[in-house]
Amino acid sequence: MFPQLFDTRPLRRAVDDGLNWVVRHWGGYFEAAAYPLLMLLKAIEDLLIATPWWLIIAILAGIAWLATRRWQLPTVVVAGLMFLGVMDLWKDAMTTMALMLAATITAIIVSIPVGVWMSRSLNVRKFITPVLDLMQTLPSFVYLIPTVMIFGPGKIPALIATIVYAAPPLVRLTDLGLRSVDPAVMEASRAFGTNPRQRLLGVQIPLALPTILAGINQTTMMALSMVVIASMIGAGGLGYQVLQGIGRLEVSRGLFAGLGIVVLAIVFDRITQSFGKQLQARIGLAEARS
Amino acid sequence: MSATTTTPDLAIAMRGVTKIFGERPEAALEMLRSGKSKSDVQSETNHVVGLDNVSLDIAKSQIFVVMGLSGSGKSTLIRHVNRLIEPTAGEIVVNGTDVLKMSLDELRTYRRTQVAMVFQKFGLMPHRSVIDNVAYGLEVRGVERKTRLAEAAKWIEIVGLSGYENSQPRQLSGGQQQRVGLARALAMDTDIILMDEAFSALDPLIRSGMQDQLIELQKSLNKTILFITHDFDEALKIGDRIAVLKDGALQQEGKPEDIVLRPANAHIEEFVREVNKARAIHVRSIMERGEHELCAQAVSKDARCEDVLPLFAEHQWVGVVDDQGAQIGRVTAKQVITALARYTPGVN
Repeated sequence: MFPQLFDTRPLRRAVDDGLNWVVRHWGGYFEAAAYPLLMLLKAIEDLLIATPWWLIIAILAGIAWLATRRWQLPTVVVAGLMFLGVMDLWKDAMTTMALMLAATITAIIVSIPVGVWMSRSLNVRKFITPVLDLMQTLPSFVYLIPTVMIFGPGKIPALIATIVYAAPPLVRLTDLGLRSVDPAVMEASRAFGTNPRQRLLGVQIPLALPTILAGINQTTMMALSMVVIASMIGAGGLGYQVLQGIGRLEVSRGLFAGLGIVVLAIVFDRITQSFGKQLQARIGLAEARS
Repeated sequence: MSATTTTPDLAIAMRGVTKIFGERPEAALEMLRSGKSKSDVQSETNHVVGLDNVSLDIAKSQIFVVMGLSGSGKSTLIRHVNRLIEPTAGEIVVNGTDVLKMSLDELRTYRRTQVAMVFQKFGLMPHRSVIDNVAYGLEVRGVERKTRLAEAAKWIEIVGLSGYENSQPRQLSGGQQQRVGLARALAMDTDIILMDEAFSALDPLIRSGMQDQLIELQKSLNKTILFITHDFDEALKIGDRIAVLKDGALQQEGKPEDIVLRPANAHIEEFVREVNKARAIHVRSIMERGEHELCAQAVSKDARCEDVLPLFAEHQWVGVVDDQGAQIGRVTAKQVITALARYTPGVN
C-alpha cells in the first residue's frame, strides 16, 4: 500500500465544508444568475410543445432540404420524426430537443468568443486548453452533484451539466478554424490597412465558418449524449423514459426512447453537417489550399 | 520613364535598413555591425539576418525591380515598405513621411491610402466574388458600396476580366487570379504599388503577357512600382532600375544596362551569363549619337538590341528616334554584335 504521507482528511473536509458554505450563503445568487438559462430553456420547450407536430416536421424537413437541396435527407427527417410521434414519444422528444437547443445556443454564445480569444494569444491557449480537457474528461457526476446541491434538482443543473460537457469541442474548433485561415490571405488583409476587428469579422470568421459549424455539430451531439444523465436530475424527456425503462426492466420502453434519441441525433447531425459541406463548397477551401 | 534626365522625386527612401529575425536581435545586430557575416551570426546566435544595412532610393513614376534568389531577403525588403515587417534598425521614408514613426492608426491610414500590394500567392479572399475582392481595399477605406463597386468594375475591365465579376476566385486560372490581385491593388489608386513576386507563380506565356500589361499600365498611370522577382530576365524586361540583393545585402543598383554591361561582382556576373543580353541592352546606350543622314529604317529610343537585329538583314544603318520622331542617333550591326559579345565570358 502507498504510505500515508500526511492526513488528507482535513483537506477533504475543507472542500465539503466550503461547498456547503457556498450553498448556504450564495445559493440564491447562483440561482438568480442561472435564471436566464432557465428562461431560455423554458421558452424553447414551451414553443416546441405548443407548435403543432406537423409544423415542426415541416420546418425540420424544410431546413434539411435547404441544407442539401435533395430529397433524401428530408425523407429521413420526416420518417424519423414520424417514428417519434407514432411511438408516443413526441412530447418527451420536444423536451429533449429543447434541452439540446438551449445547451447549444448557450455554448455558441460562450464558446465562440472564448475560441476567438484563444486563437489570438498563446498564453490564453496554454491556460484554457487544460480547462477544456478537464471539462471533457472529468466524470460528469463529479460536477453534477455540486450543481444539484447549489441549484437543487431540476432543469438548471441538468442544463449546466450539459453545457459543461458540450461546449469544449466548439471552443477548440473555433480556435482551430481561426488559426488555420490561410496566412497569405490574412497578410493581404493586413496590407490593405484593416484593423483587427475588420480582419476577424471580414476574413477570419467567414473562412473559419465550416470549422466552427463542425464544432456546433459536435456540441449538439455531445449534448444529446448527456440527456440520460441529465434526466437523472430532473431534465425529463427521452432520457427519463430510458431511465424508467431501466428501472422497471421494461426493455421496450428503454429501447424505443433510446432509438428516439438516436433519431434526434441523426436529424441534427445530418442537417449541421450538410450546412458545413455547403459552406465549404461555397468558399472552395479544398481548392484554395492546393 | 527616364529617371536619368529629371531630378528624381523620391517615392521610397530606405536608409541602413536591417532586419534580424529572432528573440533578441540586439546582440546579433552588434555582431553584424562589427563585420561578421550572415552565416556567422546565424550559427553563433541562432538569429537569421533578413536584411543587412540596405539603403535604396526609389524615384517616383518608375518600375523599380529588386532581384535576388530565394533567401536573399527580397520579400522581407518589400514588406518593410508597408511595415508588414518591422525593421530592427534603419529608416524608411515614403512620400516624405517616416513610416516607422507612425502610430498604429496612422499606419492603417497609410496602408489604406498610399501603398497597395500584390502578392505571389494572390492572397484573394476565397469567400468573396471577383468584384468584391477588387473592391476590398476600398471597402476597408470606407468607400460607399455603390462607388466602390463601380470603381472595381472599371479596373476589372482594364485588366481584361470583364464577365468574371461575379465568379469566385477559385473558378479562375492562376493568371486570371493574379489579374484580380492586380486590379485590387490598382483600384486603391495609390501612388505606390508593391508587387511581391507577383508573376512568379504563372506560366511563362501568361507571365510575359502580364509583364507587357504592367509596363503599359505603368506608362498610362504613372505609378511607382516596386517589383520583386527572382527572375533576371523579368527584371531586365520591366525594370527602369534594378537592385540585386544577396544574403540580405545590396549588391548593385542601377539601370538594366549598367548591370548587364558592368556587373559589380561575381554573383551578378553569374546572372548576366544566363541572360538574353539582346533583350537587356537598349540601342540608345550603344548608338552613335548626333546628326546623321536619315536612315531608311528607324526604331524608338526605348528599343532593345533584339528589336533591331532583324532589321540588319535589309539595312546597314538603323536610326534611333526620340518620342517626337526626330532621329537622335544610329546603330550598325557591328555595334550591336560588339555590345552583345563583349561581356560573354570565355571569349576574350
